[in-house]
Amino acid sequence: MIVQSLSFYLFATLLLASGVMVISARNPVHSVLFLILAFFQAAGLCVLMGAEFLAMILVIVYVGAVAVLFLFVVMMLDINFKDLRAGFLQYLPIGGLVGLVLLLELVMVLGPSLISHSALETAAAAKATAPTVTNTEALGHLVYTHYVYLFQASGIVLLIAMIGAIVLTLRHREGVRKQNISAQLARRRQDTVTIRKVTTGGGI
Amino acid sequence: MAEIWSGFLLPLIIIVLQILAIVVPLLVAVAYLTYAERKVMGAIQLRQGPNIVGPFGLLQPFADGLKLFAKEQVLPAGANRVVFYLAPMMTFFLSLVAWAVIPFGDGLVLTNINVGVLYLFAISSLGVYGIVMAGWASNSRYAFLGALRSAAQMVSYEVSMGLVIITVLLCVGSLNLSAIVNAQKTIWFAVPLLPMFVIFFISALAETNRAPFDLPEGESELVAGFMVEYSSAPFALFFLGEYANMILMSGMTSILFLGGWLPPLSIAPFTWVPGIVWFALKIALCLFVFLWVRATMPRYRYDQLMRLGWKVFLPFSLLWVVLTAGVLVTFGWLPK
Repeated sequence: MIVQSLSFYLFATLLLASGVMVISARNPVHSVLFLILAFFQAAGLCVLMGAEFLAMILVIVYVGAVAVLFLFVVMMLDINFKDLRAGFLQYLPIGGLVGLVLLLELVMVLGPSLISHSALETAAAAKATAPTVTNTEALGHLVYTHYVYLFQASGIVLLIAMIGAIVLTLRHREGVRKQNISAQLARRRQDTVTIRKVTTGGGI
Repeated sequence: MAEIWSGFLLPLIIIVLQILAIVVPLLVAVAYLTYAERKVMGAIQLRQGPNIVGPFGLLQPFADGLKLFAKEQVLPAGANRVVFYLAPMMTFFLSLVAWAVIPFGDGLVLTNINVGVLYLFAISSLGVYGIVMAGWASNSRYAFLGALRSAAQMVSYEVSMGLVIITVLLCVGSLNLSAIVNAQKTIWFAVPLLPMFVIFFISALAETNRAPFDLPEGESELVAGFMVEYSSAPFALFFLGEYANMILMSGMTSILFLGGWLPPLSIAPFTWVPGIVWFALKIALCLFVFLWVRATMPRYRYDQLMRLGWKVFLPFSLLWVVLTAGVLVTFGWLPK
């Protein structure tokens, strides 16, 4: 038990510390690397709570795919770090406001369970039913039965977002020569090469 | 005091010993994989390969390793020191931690977690960070180009790899690696899922940056790609990490498709051989194909690589997932 609480505090402290570093690091690439560290700590917290499926998906999706593309873009940007720092105070009020709204929302969701005992019990009842069912199975049962429409709807939202991104960035340019693989593979020797006997000084 | 000893310290010591029992043979295997690579490629190209140091050149990998560690470490001007040294460490570390969930035999596994496949997939998808960080921190054009190529390549091939893993999981009904091996007692998945096996192996080549997909370090245009600025011990860590990743990918291929520790036929002469030997033999077979491909195939062009990943493998593996699910549901073969 003591090992678990110790690791909880370790993960939580590192998560908060790397979160702070994300917004305070001078170099944007360092920010992204700290963001990745924060994702790892969150995954560690998920494992501690017994949500190993969520932890692995967090690492695969966010660290393995999203953050790679983030890093990809940030590394290629040519940023003037001084200009970036100058905007900090200007955006501080709006950033603080967003943070405050998020904090209020968290208090509204979690507040009752922190105060009253009965709310804690209802929250505990919402957890996975039998201990024999693995985490992944329990999640699958919920997502594909009770919440199947919501799940499909979120899939459609993602699909539309993807199509939107493609449509926004797709440009038709004239005069672009594209490689046609099947035409290349369909070429035969006799279509392209002829062997002629050339006499000296005769030409073709 | 006795409680701390039996409840905490003793298990810790046992786990450390188990980790050593995995890591030390793995590093020896990595050393001899480099030797095998040079010998196999030598044989394919009608050469001798290393044959001077020790009998049949068997001590060559250790001579190479010692030479590497004795060299001077160079930090390029304008390099980001912390990230520069962090990158090879990360590559090496990631290639080792994945072995925690690999089952070497029935019950012979360090941690038998329920989401073993996802863990392996997560670790292998992190491998790109070592390369990208190395390319960025080196402050060199060649290294940066290599890193960019590698990032795009690994992200692309992961997608089809994920779909291949989903096909296998549909046939097993569990994410546990031991359960995956046990589900192949009647027939190895390489037989019913042969196209997926081929796609997985080719994606593994791309994921480990091996020929014919070794564009991130293509020496003809990028000198040595992302590791051009590295020397001495950091370079050795990259080298070890890359070869350990090859062994890991071969291990994954044998677990997912070649029945892990199971013998080819469960009759008398085959069942006498212990499972770990079968597992090692299957890994060695996959590794031989890795080397064979490297000695045979010319390197892909970058756009061809992307085309293969996104326009060929992705649609085909997606189709195969739907097909497998359809067949399993129609005939009622879904695992309970």
